[in-house]
Amino acid sequence: MKKIVVLLLLLLAAGTVLFAQGAQEAEAADDAFKVAFVYIGPPGDLGWTYMHDQGRLEMEQNLGDKVQTTYIESVEEGPDSARIMGQYAAQGYDMIFATSFGYMDYMLETAMDYSDTLFEHCSGYKTNDNMATYFGRMYQPRYLSGMVAGAMTETDVIGFVAAFPIPEVVRGINAFTLGAQAMNPDVQVRVVWTYTWYDPVKEREAAIALLDAGADILAQHQDTTEPPKAAKERGKLSVGYDADMRKFVGDSVLVSPVWNWGPYYTETIESAMNGTWEPHQFWGGLAENTVKLSDFSPLVPQDVQDAVLAKHDEIVSGAWDVFTGPIYDQKGTVIVPKGSVMSDGDKLGMAFFVKGVVGSVD
Amino acid sequence: MQLITTLLAVTLGAGTSLLYATLGEIYTERSGILNLGVEGMMMMSALAAFSVSFYTGSLLLAVIVAMAVGAGLSLIHAFLSITMRANQVVSGLSITLFGTGLASYLGQRLGPASNGRNLAGMSAKSFSDISVPVLGDIPILAAFFNQDIMTLLLFIVVPAAWIFMFKTRSGLTLRAVGENPRTASAMGIPVAGIRYIYTAVGGMLVGLGGAHLTLGYTPGWSENVTGGRGWIVIALVIFAGWNPSRAIFGAVLFGGINAIQFRLQAAGTVIPASFLNMAPYIVTIIVLAVMTLLGRKRRGTYSPPSALGTSFAIEDK
Repeated sequence: MKKIVVLLLLLLAAGTVLFAQGAQEAEAADDAFKVAFVYIGPPGDLGWTYMHDQGRLEMEQNLGDKVQTTYIESVEEGPDSARIMGQYAAQGYDMIFATSFGYMDYMLETAMDYSDTLFEHCSGYKTNDNMATYFGRMYQPRYLSGMVAGAMTETDVIGFVAAFPIPEVVRGINAFTLGAQAMNPDVQVRVVWTYTWYDPVKEREAAIALLDAGADILAQHQDTTEPPKAAKERGKLSVGYDADMRKFVGDSVLVSPVWNWGPYYTETIESAMNGTWEPHQFWGGLAENTVKLSDFSPLVPQDVQDAVLAKHDEIVSGAWDVFTGPIYDQKGTVIVPKGSVMSDGDKLGMAFFVKGVVGSVD
Repeated sequence: MQLITTLLAVTLGAGTSLLYATLGEIYTERSGILNLGVEGMMMMSALAAFSVSFYTGSLLLAVIVAMAVGAGLSLIHAFLSITMRANQVVSGLSITLFGTGLASYLGQRLGPASNGRNLAGMSAKSFSDISVPVLGDIPILAAFFNQDIMTLLLFIVVPAAWIFMFKTRSGLTLRAVGENPRTASAMGIPVAGIRYIYTAVGGMLVGLGGAHLTLGYTPGWSENVTGGRGWIVIALVIFAGWNPSRAIFGAVLFGGINAIQFRLQAAGTVIPASFLNMAPYIVTIIVLAVMTLLGRKRRGTYSPPSALGTSFAIEDK
C-alpha cells in the first residue's frame, strides 16, 4: 500500500516537473553552436517572454542550422536559476541568455564558474570577461506612444498601470508623459502601482480603478493584455506594451511600444560564433531596431500619425533626444535645463516623476 | 453615496471567486481532509471553464465542466489521502503543482491554430452583470444587485451552506467525521464515504471559484490567472474559523482591498503605494489577533476540526 502511494506521488511530481518547466530540446547537428535561454515567464504570456521567444525564433531563422537553441520557462529569480544556468553550461551550451533583472548575481556567479561559456544578461549592470548585458531604450517608443495618447484623449486624463517603482518603469512613464504633453499640454497621467509584473487579476483591477478615475486612455508597464481588455469593455482606448497588443485585443489599442530582440540576438550570437564577441553593455534604441513602435490602429488620425513618425525619424537620426530640457519634476523644479540633454547615467537611475504625472515614486 | 456603492460593487465582484473556493475548502476541511490543492484546482477549472465557453459558447456547460474538473482533481487527493492514507500535505501540494503546470501546458495547446494553439489572448462568452429589478436601483443596495449571476447566487449558496452545516442532520454528520472519526464510525457513519463526498463537493465549489475568474471577473484565459489566490483561500478558511458565514468577511476583505487601494492610488492619494500594498496583510494580522482573543472568550468557535489532516481506518487502535 505505502509503496503504491509513494509511486503515485513520484509520478505526480515527475509529471509536474515536466509540465511546469516545459524545457524543450531542439535536435540539430552536434557541431552546431548551442544557445540556451532562461525565461522569467511562459512564452505564452503574449508579453515580455513572448517577445524574447519571438526574437529567439527570428535569430534561429537567420542563422539556420549553425545554431541550436533551447529554452526553459518560468524560472524563479533565485538560487534555482544559478543551478539551471550551471546545468546548461555543464551540458556544453556555448552561450546562455537570461531575460530578467533578478538573475544578475546568479548569472555572474555561474559565469565565474564556467569561463568557457558566454553569458548575456538582460537589463542588469554587472559584467565579467565572459558576461555581457543587453537592454533596450524603451523610453523612445514610449514617448511616441505618449504623443498618440495625448493627441487622442478627450478627458485629458490618461491612466498608467505600472509594475514597480524602479528606474526602468519611472523612465517609461516620464517619457510617455512628455510625449503626451507635446501634443496636449493639459494632459495628466495618473499612475497606479500594482507591485507585480504579471498578474491578470490585479492588472485588471488597477485598470478599472483608473477608468473610474476618469481616464479615457490606458497605458501600461505590465505584461498581460488585461488593461487594454478592460478599457475596451468600457468603450475606452489603450496603448499596449511588449508586443503589438492590437492583434489580441483589437483596434481600441491605438499603438504599442514593442520589443524586437531578433536583430540583437542574431548579431551577438553571430559575433560569438566568429570569435569576435567581447563583454559589452548594449542599450539599443529605435536606431538599433531593438525597440519599435508598432503599426497604428486605424483609429489614429493621419495628422497624428505623421507627427509621430516625424519625431520617430528625429530620434533615429540622433538629432533629438526624449529627455531634452527643459524638464521639470512634479514640484516644478528644473531637473534638465533648457537646451541640455540628460546623460545616460541619469536616465538609468531616474527616480522622479516629471510635471503632469499624478502619483508618487515610492 | 455613489462612491460607497461603487466600492462595494467592486469588492463583491472581486471576492466572489475567493468565496466560492473558501466555501469549498471549508466543506472539505470540516470532514477532516486538508486539501492544499486549491490553487491547482482553481487554475485547472479556470482553464476548463474558459476553453469550454470558447469552443461551445455555452456558459452553463462551461461551469459544469469546471465543477467536474475541480471534483476530479479533488478525488485524486481523496484517493491518496483517504484510501491510500498518504500524507495530506504532500498530496495536496502535488495537486497544486500538477494542476498549475498542466493548466499552463494545456493553455498553450488547446487554442485555435490561428493563434499558434495558444488560448491566451482569445475571447469567449462570459457572464455579464444582471441588474435586479427595483433592488438594483436603490443606492448602496444597488451594489449587491448589479452583479453577474455567479455573485448573485452566493446570496443563496452561503446561507444554505451555513444552514446545512449547523442546522441539519447531514451537517452534523459532516462535522462529527471531522471532529472525531472514531466515534462517528462507532455510530455507524461511513467515515471514508463521507470524506470522499465532501472532498468532491469542496472540489466542485473550488471549480466554481476558478470558473468565475475566467468567465466573470477577468474574462479570458491568461497564464497563471489565479496568481496565488488558491493559497489565500487556505488562509481564509482559518480566518473564517471554518464557518461559511464568516467566510464572507474574509473574501470581501481580501478581494476588495486591492481594488480599493488601486482606487486610492488612481485618485492621487498622498499615502505611499508601498504602504497601500501592504495594507491587506496588516489588516489580516489585526483581524487574526482579534479573532484569537474573541476565540478565547467563546472557546471552540474558532478552532479547526480536531481530526483535520489525519487519516482514519477502522482497524486503527
